[in-house]
Amino acid sequence: MEITTRSLWTLIHGMGFGALYLLAGSGAIAFLYQRFSAYVAAAASPGRDRLLGTYLAVMAALAWLTVLTGTYIIYPWYRATPPKGTTSLGAYPRSLLLSNPATSQWHLIGMEWKEHVAWLVPIAITTAAVVVIRYGRDLKYHPQLRVALYGFIVLSLFASGVAGFFGAMLDKSAPVEGGQTIQLVQGEKQ
Amino acid sequence: MSTESKNAKQDSSYIPSGPGAAAILAAGIGSFSVAVLTVVADKSVLVKNQLAIYKPTGALSGVTTAAIVVWLAAWAILEWRWQKKNVSLRSINIVAFALLGLSLLLTFPPLGELF
Repeated sequence: MEITTRSLWTLIHGMGFGALYLLAGSGAIAFLYQRFSAYVAAAASPGRDRLLGTYLAVMAALAWLTVLTGTYIIYPWYRATPPKGTTSLGAYPRSLLLSNPATSQWHLIGMEWKEHVAWLVPIAITTAAVVVIRYGRDLKYHPQLRVALYGFIVLSLFASGVAGFFGAMLDKSAPVEGGQTIQLVQGEKQ
Repeated sequence: MSTESKNAKQDSSYIPSGPGAAAILAAGIGSFSVAVLTVVADKSVLVKNQLAIYKPTGALSGVTTAAIVVWLAAWAILEWRWQKKNVSLRSINIVAFALLGLSLLLTFPPLGELF
């Protein structure tokens, strides 16, 4: 059982940071609802407000790690131009997709949307985290801030969902492969 | 005056709405910058080349770096202006989420290419 370094980075980016973000997103909505209901019931707890701030800060860190690894580690491998005369485009996913009309839209719509819309996620979730950390229990005085927090988390979930969906589909059509091979487990000859 | 406002005035550590409004509006501006720069880079080869500040990633590096700078600058300026003020969060939310919605739409290639 082995994996290439490029595949490993793709896994870290998508199945690691990105998937964790998506999982944490629904938890964040439930957490916000629970905290904001407590404000209405006048049962605010500073400890739980701090926990909510920490939770959103971890989500922000995941969002930044996802876009930075995607943009600066994986994307250059994806968009690399094949040298003249290259017949096998397996190591050049962008060129491989564009070489066939049946797959070109995965790049022209999927990748083009994914690479930009993903950057809305860290902006939205960092804003949400800073607002919660800064206001803490004072959020109970600002219902419109609470509305905005829901909005930021829903928007960030939508944008990360788009990026995750196209990331998975692109990886099926033209995976980023190559680099050194890492042997995970040595099998026995059958 | 709402009960929440009355309680807020009695609380000595009360934080006005200004800093929150600054963060929300700046996020809208930053996101919209991503969309606008994406569309402009797609239309102009000159801008696209200028934005390729890290060659292996191409224009995406410049689009996102410039948008992050715009976002943080807008946040700093708005924070400075509204730090101790109460502003209408309802209007700010409407503007910020309109910008965020437009950003989602404009980054979608078939719509972005209409411009």
